[in-house]
Amino acid sequence: MSSLSLQSVSKSYGHTTALEDLTLEFPDGRITAIIGPSGCGKSTLLKLCNGLVRPDQGEVWAFAEPLDYRELAPVRRRMGYAVQGTGLFPHLTARDNISLLATLEGWESAAIEQRLTELMSLAQLKADELQRYPHQLSGGQQQRVGLCRAMMLRPAILLLDEPFAAIDPITRIDIHEQLLVLHRAEPTTALLVTHDMREALRLADHLVIMDRGRVMHSASKEELLAGMDAEDPDRLLHTLLAQQETCS
Amino acid sequence: MASLPWLRVVGLLLALCLGNGPVAAIEPVRVGSKTFTESYLLAEITAQFLESRGIPVERQAGLGGTLIAYEALRKGSIDLYPEYTGTLSQAVLQQPGISRSQLDAALQQQGLRLLLPWGFNNSYAMAINGALARSENISRVSDLARYPALDFGFSHEFLNRSDGWGALSAAYQLPQQAVGIEHALAYAAIASGHLDVTDAYSTDGELQVHDLVLLRDDRAFFPGYEAFLLARNDLPVAVAETLQLLAQRIDAPTMRALNYRVSHSGETPSAVASDFLRDSALANTAPRVAPTRTERILGNTAVHLKLTGIALLLGCAVAIPLALLLARFQRAARALLYLAGLIQTIPALALLALMIPLVGLGELTAILALFLYSLLPIVRNTLTGLFNVDPLLKQVATGMGLTPTQQLLRVELPLAMPTLLAGIKTAAIISIGTATLAAFVGAGGLGEPIISGLNLNDHGLILEGAIPAALLAIAAELLFELIERATIPAHLRN
Repeated sequence: MSSLSLQSVSKSYGHTTALEDLTLEFPDGRITAIIGPSGCGKSTLLKLCNGLVRPDQGEVWAFAEPLDYRELAPVRRRMGYAVQGTGLFPHLTARDNISLLATLEGWESAAIEQRLTELMSLAQLKADELQRYPHQLSGGQQQRVGLCRAMMLRPAILLLDEPFAAIDPITRIDIHEQLLVLHRAEPTTALLVTHDMREALRLADHLVIMDRGRVMHSASKEELLAGMDAEDPDRLLHTLLAQQETCS
Repeated sequence: MASLPWLRVVGLLLALCLGNGPVAAIEPVRVGSKTFTESYLLAEITAQFLESRGIPVERQAGLGGTLIAYEALRKGSIDLYPEYTGTLSQAVLQQPGISRSQLDAALQQQGLRLLLPWGFNNSYAMAINGALARSENISRVSDLARYPALDFGFSHEFLNRSDGWGALSAAYQLPQQAVGIEHALAYAAIASGHLDVTDAYSTDGELQVHDLVLLRDDRAFFPGYEAFLLARNDLPVAVAETLQLLAQRIDAPTMRALNYRVSHSGETPSAVASDFLRDSALANTAPRVAPTRTERILGNTAVHLKLTGIALLLGCAVAIPLALLLARFQRAARALLYLAGLIQTIPALALLALMIPLVGLGELTAILALFLYSLLPIVRNTLTGLFNVDPLLKQVATGMGLTPTQQLLRVELPLAMPTLLAGIKTAAIISIGTATLAAFVGAGGLGEPIISGLNLNDHGLILEGAIPAALLAIAAELLFELIERATIPAHLRN
């Protein structure tokens, strides 16, 4: 069984159904892109995984146990979390943002230093950049700091909620490379929520395509692209959404 | 009273902090006075006379009004203070027209009694411009009814008392309208022709300065205001007997002359009291050596800082945790803000008067009142700061796996800090201003010269309190700016 899965999960907000009877497994050590138009439920799906949203029905399983909603902090620390616009804390320097959880976990300062050095070299962050506050960093640098913060505790699961949405296309290519480097060095079970098919194809091994609270496709990139034209990713997504196929 | 046990606990703790522990072996007699010249003088005469007979004395001069002085006496914060029969029956017991024996019985029920009397009556009187009185032949209050165009201006107390202007105009069927005017300014206004008639006390020293005529109360409207010492029943018999030697020693002209020396010649009540005791062969005392201006300013500033400092620390210690606790419950938070706002609307002097029955006179009362006033700005700003934290940051903190406490301490509180600090700064500055009223409850501070100065119409004395108070407020402003610089990164400062 994979380390993260959803079992018959449904979620509504008032009369609006966000997710309907969803069962999904995310392949371990791989990047899964969750993609679909706005309002398809992909963000809710991600928040279900770390308990920010609680399902009306069904269960979320992480590390071979259903989520314990009374005591979420420990399991959340085993899942890195990065969001759109970075969510860096403005009162902390880049360094303190990255090391916050390790400090709270009671890591020794030598261990923190060592981990910081590892992450800095993987993410190509410079020492003087770490001393700056978030507002003093460029958008790309902020993203890298956000990724490093999510990976500080060496989590087995990584949840990325449209982290690159607000970044210009040129920087985005760099940061995509960065994410792949980080992931190759430390292969986590990563979920990447995005509405950009190009990004999904570039980063993900596995794709979950969603529309109006339902999963249209869930398959490896190779399976999904078999016999399809990937030259124009936007058109590809459009075509995939138009197919009335159910979860594989 | 029983509904506020925590006030007593806080009070007790504070008393311990302030070192107001058990007192010396011989209990000093605590002599109070209100904030006008005659009250200061009679209290000082009493105090010096007792001291000349070897009885130790503690002075609590300048209590801010009849209610505060009376409550302080009843509560046992002072042992005696000069008071008038009319004031007691009208303003305190609210039984106008009761006889002397009825008054004694009513006081007895409160554990109080009248000593002496001094020998004069300081009744209300109508004072009119002398030239006007002579040219129009006005000598009685009833004569005023014939001159509807006269300008009447009365002290605010006289306008509002049940035995004041309303009742007087009804009794004499006076058609005039009256305006409120600060008593100290009324005589000058009459002298300069801006006002024709005002209320006066029959022993007022100022009457000797201006050309004023007191009108005869021909319908016997004003009750007697015979001067006594109002004392607690538990005053030691020896002290009461000693004081009885002062009975009938001051008549109205003597009192007017003594008042005049303080209010117009600028002598201190202490010096005038000493002269009086020597001249009447009652005692040979030296006036107390008055501290120099610098000593006074330093002493008052130190007291002022102590009052505001303790109140502010206490305010932070209560308001911040309370706000943190309530930040998660918006409805309760709103209720708390409402309550704190309610406290803020109680006039400071009224709040002080309300606290005397609970905690007595002195620093404790002042600190508790200042503490209550500091709650609103600190609670409100702490809550506002917390509510304004970007929801995305809260979501990220939760999603990352911070516990609610860690989230509060590591994320929300630091981000709310600029607003929170601004609240403490506001509380500090309000506190420094409000603490000038502490002198009314015998707590001293920079209000003391201000109150004396207002009473004696001495601008130098007023500034002696007002300027250091203003400088303290500025210093507080600068101090908080430094704290802000030290604790908050530049880009997050207000």
